[in-house]
Amino acid sequence: MDLRYLRRRVTNVFNLGMAVMTTLLGLFWLFWILYTTARFGYHSLNLRLFTQDTPPPGAPGGLRNAFVGSLIMIGVGIAVGTPVGVLAGTYLAEFAGRKRIGEIVRFFNDILLSAPSIVIGLFVYSVTVTTMGGFSGLAGGLALAIVLLPVVVRTTDEMLRLVPSTMREAAMALGSPYWRVVVQITYRAARSGILTGVLLGVARISGETAPLLFTALNNQFWSTNIARPMANVPVTIFQFAMSPYSGWQHLAWAGALVATFAVLGLSIFARFLIRQRNN
Amino acid sequence: MEKPQLLSRLARLWDPLFKGTTAVLAYLVLALLVAICVALLHEGSQAFRTFGWHFLVSKAWDPANNRFGALIPIYGTLISSLIAIVIAVPVSFGIALFITELAPRWLRQPVSAAIELLAAIPSIIFGMWGLFTFAPWFSNYEPWISDHLGSIPGIGALFRGPPFGIGMMTAGIILAIMIIPFIASIMREVFLLTPPMLRESAYGVGATTWEVVRNVVLPYTRTAVAGGIFLGLGRALGETMAVTFVIGNAHSVSASLLNPGYSIAAALANEFTEAFSPLYKSSLIALGFILFIITFVILVLAKLLLLRLERAQGEST
Repeated sequence: MDLRYLRRRVTNVFNLGMAVMTTLLGLFWLFWILYTTARFGYHSLNLRLFTQDTPPPGAPGGLRNAFVGSLIMIGVGIAVGTPVGVLAGTYLAEFAGRKRIGEIVRFFNDILLSAPSIVIGLFVYSVTVTTMGGFSGLAGGLALAIVLLPVVVRTTDEMLRLVPSTMREAAMALGSPYWRVVVQITYRAARSGILTGVLLGVARISGETAPLLFTALNNQFWSTNIARPMANVPVTIFQFAMSPYSGWQHLAWAGALVATFAVLGLSIFARFLIRQRNN
Repeated sequence: MEKPQLLSRLARLWDPLFKGTTAVLAYLVLALLVAICVALLHEGSQAFRTFGWHFLVSKAWDPANNRFGALIPIYGTLISSLIAIVIAVPVSFGIALFITELAPRWLRQPVSAAIELLAAIPSIIFGMWGLFTFAPWFSNYEPWISDHLGSIPGIGALFRGPPFGIGMMTAGIILAIMIIPFIASIMREVFLLTPPMLRESAYGVGATTWEVVRNVVLPYTRTAVAGGIFLGLGRALGETMAVTFVIGNAHSVSASLLNPGYSIAAALANEFTEAFSPLYKSSLIALGFILFIITFVILVLAKLLLLRLERAQGEST
């Protein structure tokens, strides 16, 4: 009897001990990766990073054109993906409800959310680059919009469904048409939640490399023309990190540091907003 | 009398217009998935027509002679993702167990937030870290793996290989780190859905924490846990940048997991912009189509498994 009890106790302690170990392991990876990025990136961090363009091998330079290109394409992604996503999410929450079509769209929206981003890049390549006659910043922005879209659809849907229906009913009882109820009452009530969804989506597209490889390509020079290939941070990091030149590798680490902390900062800020809301 | 009527009729048009617009945009999500499938199939059709079914089982990858086959990238994609799952599932389970059963209340939120931050790190950073920090460190231990695990009869050949640091195993480990947050957060969420009554009854008859998790929580959440694992698998299969850095980009099949390999996503990232002939490009897009179909099936399966617990929850409340 005692022996059996002892065995159960030992199994329990051992397995729970393993659970603690695996949690520490998970946290350990996080800190190791952040430490590596910070250490290598810090050495290459200087003002030139933001004031000079990508250099040829061996020359000093920065990533100004890549930062600007990335910002432009993220801007295009937000400008296209957010309105489409918010309106599609509105349909799911306000009109489809628990209807079959709504469930189907939700189901496949989640599939699109997890679909490989490189496939989305290939898709945008095959519909825009081949027809518009070349790689372009616009194509890159569209690819990012497709990555952003399902994130916005999902959070908008969830946030609008959290708005109590008594608010809608009160507005409708005053004679307001339904579209005004949605725009002036439910959007306003769910505003911070939808904004959080957009922020999380933007954090995700800011670090995406794969959709840009075959759409925006890259550009060694300063260019703000979205009809032409456009420099961007992730693809520049990829090229420079894989190159044999130490100067380029240093720039890649500096870019990686800035990109990582920008992305992490955005997602921490978004989470902070969620917590504020819940309190 | 006429005018106000006209105005109110116009005003009434706004509602159907608003509903119509939102509906069209919601269907756009479905249309996008169909369009992705059709576009890739169309662009890849030249490869499928030229090589037929042979494309799927051929090991050839010879751009100079225009001979292409998908077997090696498919093999690498599947194997590296399987390694990732084998490592990520127990670790994620441990993390979910820690957060739901062990951690004091004040620690739960920070720990789960930190694990989820791992998912926010851009995949290219995992790749750089993997290539410049993890691979050199790991290569110190590969001779040990080769010597000790390599002599196990049967599966030993998997672990015998050169200490390059990069290869299938490294790619699998890094993929595992990347999908742990996804699997762990689903496990954590569904563990919390176990009715407290069941859990407390088990504690009441004297079960240990481990026995409660093993015999009550896990059986109750089984399908959703499987869904979470498939979701992680779907993520791992399509991951591009991290794998491209560390898998070694070698067009060969080898029994050893320590040898360099190749994956579909890595082939696309490396070769697509340099593909010089239409057939070369078409073959790469055909690879992309295959990747899309594989991940689509896995993700549909994952969602269906996850929905089952959700439905059961909906009925019981």
